[in-house]
Amino acid sequence: MAEKLVIQAVREAMLEEMRRDDSIFVMGEDVGARGGVFLATEGFMDEFGEERVIDAPLAEASIVGIAVGAALNGMRPIAEIQFSDFIWPIVNQLTGEAARIYYGTNGQVSCPMVVRAPYGGGVRGGLYHSQSPEGFFYHTPGLKVICPATPYDAKGLLKAAIRDDNPCLFLEHKRTYRQARGEVPDEDYTLPIGVADVKREGDLVTVISYGLMLHFCLMAAEQVAQEGLSVEVLDLRTVKPLDRQAIVASVQKTGKALIVHEDNLTGGVGAEVAAIIAEDAFDALDAPVMRLCGPDVPAMGFAPTLEDEFLPNPQKIANALRQLAAY
Amino acid sequence: MSTKVKSRLQTPGLTDADLLEMYRQMVVSRFLSERWIMLNRQGKAAIGIASEGHEAASIGAVWAMDPVQDIFYLYYRDLPGQLALGVTVHEALLGFMAKQGEPFSGGRQFPFHGAYPSKRIYNTSNVVGANVTHAVGAALAASIRNEPTVVLCSFGDGGTSEGEWHESLNFAGIHRLPVIFLCENNKFAISVPQRKQMAVESVAIRAEGYGFPGVSVDGSDVLAMYRATREAHERATSGGGPTLLEARVERLKPHTTDDDDRRYRTPEEIEAAFKRDPLPLFRDELMERGLLTAEMVEQYDDDAKREVNEATDAAEATPFPDPSTLLDHLFATGEGS
Repeated sequence: MAEKLVIQAVREAMLEEMRRDDSIFVMGEDVGARGGVFLATEGFMDEFGEERVIDAPLAEASIVGIAVGAALNGMRPIAEIQFSDFIWPIVNQLTGEAARIYYGTNGQVSCPMVVRAPYGGGVRGGLYHSQSPEGFFYHTPGLKVICPATPYDAKGLLKAAIRDDNPCLFLEHKRTYRQARGEVPDEDYTLPIGVADVKREGDLVTVISYGLMLHFCLMAAEQVAQEGLSVEVLDLRTVKPLDRQAIVASVQKTGKALIVHEDNLTGGVGAEVAAIIAEDAFDALDAPVMRLCGPDVPAMGFAPTLEDEFLPNPQKIANALRQLAAY
Repeated sequence: MSTKVKSRLQTPGLTDADLLEMYRQMVVSRFLSERWIMLNRQGKAAIGIASEGHEAASIGAVWAMDPVQDIFYLYYRDLPGQLALGVTVHEALLGFMAKQGEPFSGGRQFPFHGAYPSKRIYNTSNVVGANVTHAVGAALAASIRNEPTVVLCSFGDGGTSEGEWHESLNFAGIHRLPVIFLCENNKFAISVPQRKQMAVESVAIRAEGYGFPGVSVDGSDVLAMYRATREAHERATSGGGPTLLEARVERLKPHTTDDDDRRYRTPEEIEAAFKRDPLPLFRDELMERGLLTAEMVEQYDDDAKREVNEATDAAEATPFPDPSTLLDHLFATGEGS
């Protein structure tokens, strides 16, 4: 066991998998000599050569489209989209192509590939380096969407995604890269995709989140614990497929649910989580389901005041928890 | 005259029997395409995509490939090439009517969309241009593994306007990938003529911008198509990288059964197109050479009609997919690696 950062966990997951399996290769912008803009593939080109560490031209749609074709011909590509804000040109390739290949060939051909994309705000990234795109993708049948928060989860889930026979979108929150630390085992391990994790147990209110916001929720839970409020923190870890059972089990225990994500409120993951609670835990509810999310504006502003106003933070979350506890 | 004809027909790699088999496939494809349209008019096929006029380009190109080692990303007007790769008339008809047992998608997609892995055929997308990136990815995989595979990827002239088409050719050029880009240029993208699709006369000249050869071929001449594709294949297998082949063909029928080309083509234009119909052109050439007789022509026609009729009856008698299968095959199960 050693303490690692999220970015180290991501890099090690790919490194170990590429050493294990020759059919894995990475492709993306600046992934070669530069090692990726966040250094996720630092040193990869020296170890695996230019054939398995491909500096792609600036053309996101074909980065993913070419990965699809390679996956259909026996490879297990990892395509990197440099910032998730540049993901929109690949929407057809991921949702219209990759996610449908197994279904559209009547189960004859699978498409084992991972699209990695750094996402999220709180890094002074403005409109085009701060977005959370998961809401657009979690609607897509045939696609798995993974949003880990901790180094342990990032490594285990990325390895699982690489070994999965289906297309996976792996979203890494940029601000967790070098701020979220945690123990990571030295030995090889994977974590199951689609399984949530209770990061803190409590019995008064459930707060459901993922990514950077999960850390803020833990900080808020700690704050209100000092006031005697017992909060359970559920980390979704995977937003597609959602762990319906874990969501329902926690809300049945506490009777109150707060959903927190930095993606925009309307049509976000929280909307689906709220629907699941309404369908399967209605009788257990002691208060209306509450959502604390990014407002419905295109993205957070570049100015620090605008960015802070957009993002939920531990204080805002603690206030929401107090409000819900008092209901 | 006979000497000239003889030298043209004596194509390296093709025996007399091969030439007759190519002709037979063109005849079967013609009857089958006509049947497809008829089934649509009878309400038995939701859509029909006629391939009349494309037979020589599609079949000539496929014959120059290696069906065991190569990979085929064909597009929606390549019924002739599908037959040349061994898709049966019966399988095609199951596709037209979306019947159970259709090999590409089990009736989930338009005919020939999906995959036929044992024949190495993939037609993964109905979005024009998207499949070109997949073909390049397949070639990249072969190149990483150092396999001698060549990928044949076809599309229409309209497809060349897509951004992903450009991205694909650019990438294939950079990595000198073993892929043959085949543009079956029939001068129309549904109703939009070539002059509104591009400012150049020939699709082939675009290859220069990607750093590999572009070749424009008479796509009504099955042997010219065979030779040009074979040359491109040799280039690919010898490490010379991609080729952009432009097959200049005629679309003898409307885009699909949902189109009426009288809205945008004059009767004179359509009449002129029929002068380049590849089927009589090849038939006359084979007859001049003495390989084909009038009796044989009749026999090929009769055999093709009978095969198409029998397969139509069999496909009509086949049930539709069981509705309970709607939810099947969403995710591949288990870890594959």
